[in-house]
Parts: sequence; structure tokens; C-alpha cells
Amino acid sequence: MSEILILNGRLVDPLNNIDEPKDLLLRDGRVAAVETPGALKGAAAAEVIDAAGLVVAPGLIDVHVHLREPGQTYKETIATGTAAAAAGGFTTVVAMPNTVPVNDTVEKLAWMLAPERGSVVNLVAMPAATVGSMGVEVTDFEALRAAGAVGFTDDGKPVLEDHIMRAALVAAARVQAPVSQHAEDTRLTGGCSMNAGPMAFRLGLRGMPVEAEAKIVERDLQLLREIEKSEGLRPHLHVQHVSTTRAIEAIRSAKREGLHVTCEIAPHHFALNEEAVGDYNTHAKMNPPLRVEEDRVQMVEALLDGTADCIATDHAPHAAFEKRQEFERAPNGITGLETALGVALRVLHRAQGLSLSRIVQLMSTTPAAIVSLAGRGALGVGHYGDVVLFDAGAEWTFDANASRSKSRNTPFDGAPMLGRVRYTICEGRVVYRG
Amino acid sequence: MQKVSEEEAAAGAQRPYAEGSLLSVAHLSVDEISRILSETDRIRSLAPAERSAILRGRTVALLFYESSTRTRTSFELAAKSLGATTTLVSDKSSSIEKGESLKDTGLTLRALGAECIILRHSASGAPFVLARETGLPVLNAGDGMHEHPSQALLDLRTMLTRLRGPEAAKAVDSKALAGVTVVITGDILHSRVARSNAMLLPKLGARVILCGPEKLLPELALGLGEGVEIERDFDRALAQANVAMMLRIQRERLAGLELDLGDYIARYQLNGERLAAHAPKALVLHPGPMIRGLEISDEVADGPQSAIEEQVAHGLAVRSALLARALRAGAFGKGNA
Repeated sequence: MSEILILNGRLVDPLNNIDEPKDLLLRDGRVAAVETPGALKGAAAAEVIDAAGLVVAPGLIDVHVHLREPGQTYKETIATGTAAAAAGGFTTVVAMPNTVPVNDTVEKLAWMLAPERGSVVNLVAMPAATVGSMGVEVTDFEALRAAGAVGFTDDGKPVLEDHIMRAALVAAARVQAPVSQHAEDTRLTGGCSMNAGPMAFRLGLRGMPVEAEAKIVERDLQLLREIEKSEGLRPHLHVQHVSTTRAIEAIRSAKREGLHVTCEIAPHHFALNEEAVGDYNTHAKMNPPLRVEEDRVQMVEALLDGTADCIATDHAPHAAFEKRQEFERAPNGITGLETALGVALRVLHRAQGLSLSRIVQLMSTTPAAIVSLAGRGALGVGHYGDVVLFDAGAEWTFDANASRSKSRNTPFDGAPMLGRVRYTICEGRVVYRG
Repeated sequence: MQKVSEEEAAAGAQRPYAEGSLLSVAHLSVDEISRILSETDRIRSLAPAERSAILRGRTVALLFYESSTRTRTSFELAAKSLGATTTLVSDKSSSIEKGESLKDTGLTLRALGAECIILRHSASGAPFVLARETGLPVLNAGDGMHEHPSQALLDLRTMLTRLRGPEAAKAVDSKALAGVTVVITGDILHSRVARSNAMLLPKLGARVILCGPEKLLPELALGLGEGVEIERDFDRALAQANVAMMLRIQRERLAGLELDLGDYIARYQLNGERLAAHAPKALVLHPGPMIRGLEISDEVADGPQSAIEEQVAHGLAVRSALLARALRAGAFGKGNA
């Protein structure tokens, strides 16, 4: 395989505690050398990238995407979704199992991960935690883990029954993988389509109360405590798309207590509040819903103080005809792969002063650790050649029509972005040039 | 964020909806409300022949996804009295039953020549979708639990006429209902009529008291805006009322909510005894349909304080003006704007 030489860039590699000018040599899909500027002059390389003015960072990793294949390829395919990922600077994405059929067996997992699907970045998956994501019978974690599963989830639905969630946490602990929970007590959210509160009341929409999220998070944390005590295991709970102050508070105190819990926050939950619903804008409809401003501020706070471990997009493409209908009928979800970095840099880096190193940690280093991706999320010699090069100061406007995704359902169409991806390199191959 | 007054927002906002649409009372400035009332009065004063020239040759579609007696008939009769051709599409006897989307239904009506669509729909916000997708003026004839703007305007005209006299109903300013307390009682949670009235009447200086049990009236309702209060004790609310507006319990939207009807009747029914004791002079309104013996008793519905039938007549009048406004005709036409 050919070499790529990246010169004159600013390497931001939180795991190795580097934030300074470095030159990189990628060879055979791996990092071959990381040197002070100039030291690699004259190294033979098929491609030399002048990264002057650019940040060079480990490729971004998104632990929560919906690629819709198999079964809903009119919304997205693995090829188009991962092309959007590459354009957004991502080199690894974790596919959720709520495809049609649900990814709940070794065969379905293997089909999804097969080269024939045409993924342009590193694709891994979290299969269903229960058969058909029906919440009744735990899937075969051992076999799925051996086949490459990086975690287990019934995303889109919570694992509601206490004893089933307990069984899933125990089984996952035995194979050293997280259970990734969509925390929503669906007994409190039937027929609801936005955040509960005065705005939902005014719009005549049934609202999802914040308790619906918090109650499941609190229940799951209690299960961690019980399992640690009774089984001598240390299960890993990963809480998806946290959106409420009460849930993040519960996670904050559980971390102090020493429980093995991690969590993600989606860009829309730290950049937008429920006002974005406006006149029934279905591109501001997702689950969990956009919350009030105070919750948004608390999500930012959690990212700043480290309570939130990572940023994940919950990229959820839907066709135009599905979103261009009555608000209550339109499906939940928005696309996010191409806007995550631009929103994170604008909201967290520029407005809140969060360092680039912390941004990279939230979007690459820690996600790699959450799903135990060996050799990714950092750029030491021998690591995979997964690299994103971006101009951290570039201001631009996102145009949904230019998206690589098959779908256009984003509230960020026309929104200002900070930081433009110039190159995405996955295992030593350039997969995107901006 | 800088707080923009509702008045400024209503007057100044650029919206992606055709001029003449009425989707929410929140979009109406006091000036706009006043113009609608003036045009209502003007149209009523015209001879039938003059009136029927206003929308002659124009086409109006009524698109009804929910049953309706008053609203549908009065919009239809109003359009016809102005000379328009009307067509009625209901979900029960159209391709909607076959799964056609709201967008496609709207585009079909537009292709057939509809210049304005009057929409009733069970989903809150549906008129916004229709207005965005067709570009046509859309009149919201009731959307889910959201709004019923033409009902609030006809209630306003009824109140002005009865409390202030017919002359006062021709034009309004922000003090038009100063000193007037309107008590709206019943199933506020599911009521689009309550929302539209609670957002419209305070613009004209009225005080709105919402009354009902917690299950049907959550504290969140206070977020409807300034000038809105909650009083759970019906007798105490009535004692302050210049207008008592009663609402039906919307069984079709209760969604599992359990309600003890006997208890509800004891606490919230407007009956003769209660009215005489607490609000002997108040005007009684009800948007219909009434469930006699539940939220209101026969003697009150048919009694001297009731303006329920007048409401229906005002509905016909106000909807004529809204149609003229939607189609930029009458006083809303070119040269009059």
C-alpha cells in the first residue's frame, strides 16, 4: 500500500498528550512515523499533503449512527451513510441495529459488515440487546461479540423490563462490552412528539416529560450497583443521547460513586432547544426531543466538565416525504454526520472556549475507548492511519442539498459552521477531500 | 435573547405562508383583528347582490379530516354568499382513505383550481404543513389540540356586540376588552378553542381565567401568555366573570385519562342555580357541540344569558371576512390594503 506524508500540520492527539506541530507518515494503513516538523523530509510517499494551517487529529468516531441498511435503503445505505461520515471527518461509525430486519444474529451482523456493503470508513456495529429488540429475550452476546459486536443496544426502544436489562448488563459484562441504552420510559411518552412543557401545550402537542429519560437512567444505575454487589461483575452502561438535566445529574453522581457508566450527548442537544420546533418544524423532531434552554446549557456544562464522555450524532436519515407531513406523524430523527464537527467547534470551542484537544477527545479518543477499538482514536506509531485534517478556523454554512447522505432531514440547513474538514483518511486511504 | 413583544412579532414576522392565511391567532396584530371585524361588519351591511360579487369566480376548497357541523357549514355558506364556488373534501369519502398524504391532497386541490383551502385536521399544526406545501392561503378551521382561530374571532365579535354594543364590534384597539374577565371552563387541555381565545382576548385587554381540574387543565396552560390565570374553584371563577365560556369534555382525545363524570358535573357544570348565585349578569358562551346535562344544563343553554346561537350567526359573518382576506378581496383587495 502506498504512503501518505502529512507535513506542517498541528497534531492534536489527546491520548498521547500532543498538541503541537508534527509531521506524520502513514504506511500500509498504519501510522509509520510521528516526527518533529522537517524530520521526515525526503521520505518516499505517493501523496504528500501540506497540512499547514490545519489540525491533524485521529479520525472522528461516532458511536451512534443509523445507516438504514438492510431494509430502508430509500433513506440511506451503508455506502451513502459512510460517505457522509467521511465528509464529516469520521473514520469509524457504530451502526445501530434497528434495521429491517433487526440486527440480532451473527449472520445479520456479518452481512452488515461485509465489504460488499461498500462502507468507505471503518464500520462496526452494536447488535440488538434483545431478540428483535422486543425486550423479551437477550441475544447471544458471546457469539455476537466474537463476530465483532462492539456493544449491545435496542436503540430506538429502551430495554424496559428490569430483569431483562439486568440480564443484558450481566451478559455484556462477561464479554466486556457496553450495553448502550436509549433511556426512555415509553410508558410516559405514548403519543408524544416533543418535549413536555409550555411550548408543547401551546402547540397542542403531547409532550415527553424529562422524567421519562431520568427514570430509566436511574433504574439502570441501580442495576449496576446491584450487579456489582451480587455478581462481582463490573458492567458497563453507556447512556445514549442524554438530553435532560436530571439524567446528567444522575450520571454525574454515579461517576463519583465509581460505577462504570459512560454517556454521549448529541450536537442538537447542546446546540438547540425546543424553540427550534417553531411552526411544527419536523426537522427539529427527534427522540429524545429538544429540551428547554436550561437543559441545553446543562448539556454544554456536562461536556465542559467531563461528565459527558463523548459526542455522538444519532444520525437518523429519513426521506423527504416522511418529514414533509403532520408533525405528530413525521418520524423522529435528523441527520448529523456532516454537521457534528462544525457545530461542536462553534458551540463548544469558540463560544465556550473548550480546547481543540478536548473536542478531539470527545469525538475520537473517548468514543474509541467506550467501544474498545484497539489502535484507533489516537495517532501513535502503529495505530491505524485514521486521520482527519480540518481547518479549525474556517467558517462556512451547511447546505443540506450538498449532503452525501441520501436524506436531507437536518435542522442545520443554512446554519453557520466552524471548522471545515479538508481530508479524511481511513486506514491510510484518503476517503474524503474537502 | 431579546424579547420581542407579541404585537411586534405578529406584525413584523416574515412567514413562509401566503398572505391571507390564518393559521394561529398569534399571527394577528390588533390592527389586523380590527380590520377583520370592520370587514365583517361591512360585508353584513351589503345587499346580497353586492355581497355575492366579492368572490365571484373564485374557488374555495374545504378539506375536513374531522367531523364538523358549525364550522364547515358556516365556512361553506359564507363562501357561497360571497359568490365563490366551493368544494368539500372529507377524509371519509376521498383518496385520503387510500393513504394520500396531506401534501398531495393539497396539491391536487390546487391543481383543480382551489385558491384557498379551509382545513380541519386532527393533527396539531397540519395547516402549517398544508400552507407550506401548497403556497395557498390556508384557513385553520381547527387543528388537533392546537387552535381554532375563526372560533376565537367569532367569540370576540359576540362578546363585543353583547357587552359593548354593535358599534363597538366594528373596530378594536388594545383596550377594547379592558375590564372584561372571560372564564373558560372545562377540558382546556384538549381544547383548541381555549388556546385560541386565551391567546387572542388578552391582546384586546381582556383577563382570561381558565378553570377546570388539574387533569384537564395543567399548570402549563399559564404559558399561553400574559393575561391568563388559573382558578380551580368554579364558583370563585364565575363570581369574577363577565363572560362564562363552557367547553365540552373531548372524549375522543382523552387517551386513557380517567375522569369521574359525576364529580365533574358536581364541580364544573354550569347550571341555573350556580349561574344565579355567582354570575347573574354574565354572558354564557359555548363553541359547540354541547353535551347538555354534562358541562351545561338545559336552562342555561337556552336561558336569557346564553348567546350560543348568536355565536353561530357571528361565525358566518366573521368567516365571510376571513375568506375575503384570504383571497385578497373586499376591503382586503388591491387598492384597499
